[in-house]
Amino acid sequence: MPRRTDIESVLVIGSGPIVIGQACEFDYSGTQACRVLREEGFRVILVNSNPATIMTDPEFADATYIEPITPEYVEKVIEKERPNALLATLGGQTALNAAIALHDSGVLEKYGVELIGASVDAIQRGENRESFKQIVEKLGAETARSVICHTLDDVMGAADELGYPLVVRPSFTMGGVGSGMAYDETDLRRIAGAGLHASPTTEVLIEESILGWKEYELEVMRDKADNVVIICSIENVDPMGIHTGDSVTVAPAMTLTDREYQVMRDLSIGIIREVGVDTGGCNIQFAVNPVDGRLIVIEMNPRVSRSSALASKATGFPIAKIAAKVAIGYTLDEIPNDITQQTPASFEPVLDYVVVKVPRFAFEKFPAADATLTTHMKSVGEAMAIGRNYTEALQKALRSLEKPEARFSWAGDPSTDLESLLEAIKTPQDGRLRIIMDAIRAGATPEQIFENTRIDPWFVDQMYLIHETALQVAAAPRLTPEILRLAKRHGFSDLQLAEIRSLTEDVVRGVRQALGIRPVYKTVDTCAAEFAATTPYHYSSYDEESEVAPRETPAVLILGSGPNRIGQGIEFDYSCVHASMALRDAGYCTIMVNCNPETVSTDYDTSDRLYFEPLTCEDVLEIVYAEMQAGPVAGVIVQLGGQTPLGLAQRLADAGVPIVGTSPAAIHLAEERGAFGKVLADAGLPAPKHGTALSPAEAHGVAEEIGFPVLVRPSYVLGGRGMEIVYSADELSAALERLGGGDAFEHPVLIDRFLDDAVEIDVDGLFDGNELFLGGVMEHIEEAGVHSGDSSCALPPITLGNADIEKIRQSTEAIARGVGVQGLLNVQYALAGDVLYVLEANPRASRTVPFVSKATATPLAKAAARVMLGATIAELRAEGMLPAKGDGGTLPPNAPIAVKEAVMPFNRFRTIDGRSVDTVLGPEMRSTGEVMGFDDTFGIAFAKSQAGASQPLPGSGKVFVSVANRDKRHMIFPVKRLADLGFQIYATEGTADVLRRNGVEAVTVRKSSQGPGPNGEPTIVQMVQDGELNLIVNTPIGITQGGSPRLDGYEIRSAAVARNIPCITTVQGLAAAVQGIEAQQSGGIGVRSLQDWVPRILGV
Amino acid sequence: MSSQPALLVLEDGRSFAGTSYGATGETFGEAVFTTGMTGYQETLTDPSYHRQIVTQTAPHIGNTGVNDEDDESNKIWVAGYVVRDPARVPSNWRATRSLDDQLKSQGIVGISGIDTRALTRHLRERGAMRAGISTSVLDPAELLTKVLEQPAMAGSDLASQVTTADAYVVPAEGEKRFTVVALDLGIKAMTPKRMAERGIEVHVLPATATLEEVLAVNPDGIFMSNGPGDPETTEHPTTLLKELLQRGKPYFGICFGNQVFGRALGLGTFKLKYGHRGINQPVLDRATGKVEITAQNHGFAVDAPLEGTIETPYGLAEVSHVSLNDNVVEGLKLTGHDGRVLAFSVQYHPEAAAGPHDSAYLFDRFIELMEGRA
Repeated sequence: MPRRTDIESVLVIGSGPIVIGQACEFDYSGTQACRVLREEGFRVILVNSNPATIMTDPEFADATYIEPITPEYVEKVIEKERPNALLATLGGQTALNAAIALHDSGVLEKYGVELIGASVDAIQRGENRESFKQIVEKLGAETARSVICHTLDDVMGAADELGYPLVVRPSFTMGGVGSGMAYDETDLRRIAGAGLHASPTTEVLIEESILGWKEYELEVMRDKADNVVIICSIENVDPMGIHTGDSVTVAPAMTLTDREYQVMRDLSIGIIREVGVDTGGCNIQFAVNPVDGRLIVIEMNPRVSRSSALASKATGFPIAKIAAKVAIGYTLDEIPNDITQQTPASFEPVLDYVVVKVPRFAFEKFPAADATLTTHMKSVGEAMAIGRNYTEALQKALRSLEKPEARFSWAGDPSTDLESLLEAIKTPQDGRLRIIMDAIRAGATPEQIFENTRIDPWFVDQMYLIHETALQVAAAPRLTPEILRLAKRHGFSDLQLAEIRSLTEDVVRGVRQALGIRPVYKTVDTCAAEFAATTPYHYSSYDEESEVAPRETPAVLILGSGPNRIGQGIEFDYSCVHASMALRDAGYCTIMVNCNPETVSTDYDTSDRLYFEPLTCEDVLEIVYAEMQAGPVAGVIVQLGGQTPLGLAQRLADAGVPIVGTSPAAIHLAEERGAFGKVLADAGLPAPKHGTALSPAEAHGVAEEIGFPVLVRPSYVLGGRGMEIVYSADELSAALERLGGGDAFEHPVLIDRFLDDAVEIDVDGLFDGNELFLGGVMEHIEEAGVHSGDSSCALPPITLGNADIEKIRQSTEAIARGVGVQGLLNVQYALAGDVLYVLEANPRASRTVPFVSKATATPLAKAAARVMLGATIAELRAEGMLPAKGDGGTLPPNAPIAVKEAVMPFNRFRTIDGRSVDTVLGPEMRSTGEVMGFDDTFGIAFAKSQAGASQPLPGSGKVFVSVANRDKRHMIFPVKRLADLGFQIYATEGTADVLRRNGVEAVTVRKSSQGPGPNGEPTIVQMVQDGELNLIVNTPIGITQGGSPRLDGYEIRSAAVARNIPCITTVQGLAAAVQGIEAQQSGGIGVRSLQDWVPRILGV
Repeated sequence: MSSQPALLVLEDGRSFAGTSYGATGETFGEAVFTTGMTGYQETLTDPSYHRQIVTQTAPHIGNTGVNDEDDESNKIWVAGYVVRDPARVPSNWRATRSLDDQLKSQGIVGISGIDTRALTRHLRERGAMRAGISTSVLDPAELLTKVLEQPAMAGSDLASQVTTADAYVVPAEGEKRFTVVALDLGIKAMTPKRMAERGIEVHVLPATATLEEVLAVNPDGIFMSNGPGDPETTEHPTTLLKELLQRGKPYFGICFGNQVFGRALGLGTFKLKYGHRGINQPVLDRATGKVEITAQNHGFAVDAPLEGTIETPYGLAEVSHVSLNDNVVEGLKLTGHDGRVLAFSVQYHPEAAAGPHDSAYLFDRFIELMEGRA
């Protein structure tokens, strides 16, 4: 059956900002979908609020709306564009929920928009627990015994029936939000209460515990002719009880006989048919009791999911792309398999390798959060590795995490005694495999490991296999080819071997290479070599035969950014993908190296060759070697993937790898305080007074000299890790203690004068050695002190004059020249009074490159890639890649305003005692993603950015205000304006007094510490919990590390997070919010596509 | 695990040094690969693998051990076994012993730790070929000489070596509805079971059963199974089937039974370069346009025109199923001039074991055929 001819235009909904549980995998799937739909000749209309996505590049859709993914805004898009169909199964739960809301409100019917992929009925059958349970029972299978509840009373009744422990699962939430394991009534009340709130249908499922069972997932694909295939089976190494997103997982399933697998396969096919997902992909989860094989169906997602992205990368079968094709009418047998070209997509991929995925967590950013892993996903990213066996894949995956403590180590003694280790592994936690290995080293038996973890004995034995291999390496008289080959076959890195043998990594590598022991590169081909593969998607293995093809075109290797983490995510992948596109167009053979399965960069379609490999020095050197054997290598790009490749630059250069763009020496110059200070001094650019300290005493001396407040941070960090602003000597002592290091620091601590009340400015520029192209100037909305990644900002800058911008241009050019940049650089300035201070400069692609590129309609990363390989800005202007004249600093006066807002993950974390973590912004970055609001005026753009970040500004209602003393003056005018706009103002005593004296009526509310009043007057925390307020303004007293409960407003803010009430924690944010609310009230906020804006932005 | 060295040598001289797996000694056969990621126990006990050295493309083998339920016959048939990473401990609640022990106890010589993907790619490019595995002769040239002394698969009549010595009956489960004679050319246990589940009493007869012996059972239908070897060499089953078709007996064939059917209809058979072995093979049912994911294990195929019908002495024959990967004939159908289906067969394995159950409907179709409803 050919493609449908009765529809001409399709609306695709993306997944919005990156949040825990919904990351760049939906950019990957959405990008594939948009590409397919355009190739097939449909008019594609896209809505996605996330500017850091490839899918929102103007060339991927006919009309790209960077607008909030809310039913209101999507309706505006529908009204304007009148699409025939809506594809919502590729944008995660966000898109699915928006589509269902539009259906329920009658919008789809009103405008005649057909939902393709999965119907509303199917989505509801799949996601509604009760109907799903009936379907499973109809197929003769079991679900866990459970009760659907809509009230806490129902929940308590269910507990009586099922007994503890119990699993709580809210309906219609993504990433397991609100779910958890309850061991007693207190747990249950807390978790189920939050779950009922989190569910849009106020529905939770209370379920018998199947903790410790084996967990599996099958990825299923169906076309309209009812052909169904299984794309991939995934087995969780961590048993039931840990969210699959937080589990170590392996593909294909390792511990199933064919009979058991076929039962799951039959059920999966039966379920997708009964649920009625007509076309597209879905995933189905199973639990198996290891004792008797009892099988339970856990749940299904009637859409493309995070696991689908993993399965696509694991098999080479592009699920989203095929899902889009079957959604528009093709059958699977009509679609060719990209990789073999000669066989169709109507088959089931087989693997002749093993894939392991490991999660990456960010608990260090939330020290107060409970780090125990549960059914509620907490990881912020993941790494995937491919090996010819499990041990190789596992060890590659662990080193891909770029956390030294993640990989196994045999250096020194195990961290503690066996008994403590056995106790520790009972608790699912980040790094549990490492603790298990320590327990094995300390003498644990396989039975003990199994008893305490319920990890399948086969996986446990593989850990012993790794351990025994390490012992053999240790015991060998010398590093023979045999012992090296053995260790390499089980995934040991040169570094691990060096540790075991007390050698340096370079020596081990030298010996290994001298013995001719190098990895070969195999191909992911969907068919275990049954047919020839035409797509060079490679992974390394210490096996016999390599499959890297010779080539004549000069190659450029682009090093990606590895697993997502806070501070390094999709934005860097965006730049890498753009570099690949630009260099491919310029005639190079582009080669991507990355290990993040969620990304567009690891789509085998993105570059000419893909190496799915860890980004360590060893792994990259081997790829460079293999490619140099294959043909000419023009260079390696380290500047676009964030800190990960940058951290490798010097060592790669030392090993003779041709790094293109800014040299490693120049990178070092910008990061090294003293040298950079000299660059600034030579150029006559002021920097805040600063100093470095190697001990607490020195630190106090420096602080004393430059005066409080000061900014304290360790050197060499990304995302502001460990950064604090301190206002007194006592606070400084406390901050240094938190940084650790005792009386003498291992790395210098940097201390800067903190500029209170300064405007912070972020600049992205491109320098070719001669000319500067000012990419964009962003003005932060929050004052200096909030990490730039967490701060909202506006472009063009809303309060800076042309003279300021000119000064910024000159300073940026001076820094670029002084440092020796060839490519991108990002500079942060603080404008205090009339002085422009340089805070820091990074000679690399920054997090804001995609935002700037969208807001200025200029492909900065593409241009940067060309500049790195020798093109000049003048040439790129002539070519049309860059505007013929002008740049991001000379936007026309009527250019739209773009506002970037950060999205914070606070609602994902709880403290050990079950409370929310604090939400105060500070110099340490904690956001996971961002959205962009785009419109004529700042007010509207800001309102859109808030709506996009799921913190929509209220139109009316009650506002609570409580600010620190230093903020009281600045708060008066905006609060007065809110009162004028019809809001009722509530405040705690001190703030209320100030407001009243300034003519603003404010109701006084009791503080939490005062308790309820004599007549039952609620405290502010109770009011928040009861959902009585529409907006909260609470600025903290001082700014300290997140999570410290001593702060006065902590309870208010955490209650606001729990109830998802917008909470503003800076006065600048309040002023912006007031502008946004005014704009909303004046009505008529429209939507406009990027393609429509471009002429205005470029002034053509 | 063993650390004894072992050597695999192919007839074109390519050799792989690895480690002994299973029994020690020496073995020869046709080197083939199978891509199934589950079901090694069923694969090993499938008589169609007789005289073949089987390479598993899936690297980890033996993880679930061996249990008492999943054997497809009473012994392991493969001539030799090639795997990359054998399990050290089995893990499954049904497992009763390890695969390593099972291979040893049945004297199956194997090799592990070699680059199975390189071997697979080699076989894909050069075709299935003779090979030998040895733990005693570790010199490639010496082992090659022995490999070249072995007979080739083409021209080998092997059904007689795997068939049951004595006839036996698999009783119908529940109410008996039909009686079927199943000619054992290397039958798998799941095949009579799938029939028995549908009320068929299955009389399994040796490959040498005569027409009289078959008719003596008074069967409602005839079935011929899968099996090893070159279909060109199997004169007897072909002659027998012709007689039965002449008598209008409903017929259903699987794998070798498809090739016998083709030959009985006057079609030729030929050897594929490297065959179809796996449980992910897409087949198009040309009548319905639907795709089945099938279990396959065949090195030979029927040579028939994909389009149109062929006039035969028994009716009109046509290709009912084709492989979507390479257009190989995957099923045949014989229709009377009145449009009624008289007999059919498929090249793949609807009984699965190992493999998907997409094609189990063919057993129902056999029932319909015997009911005269097909």
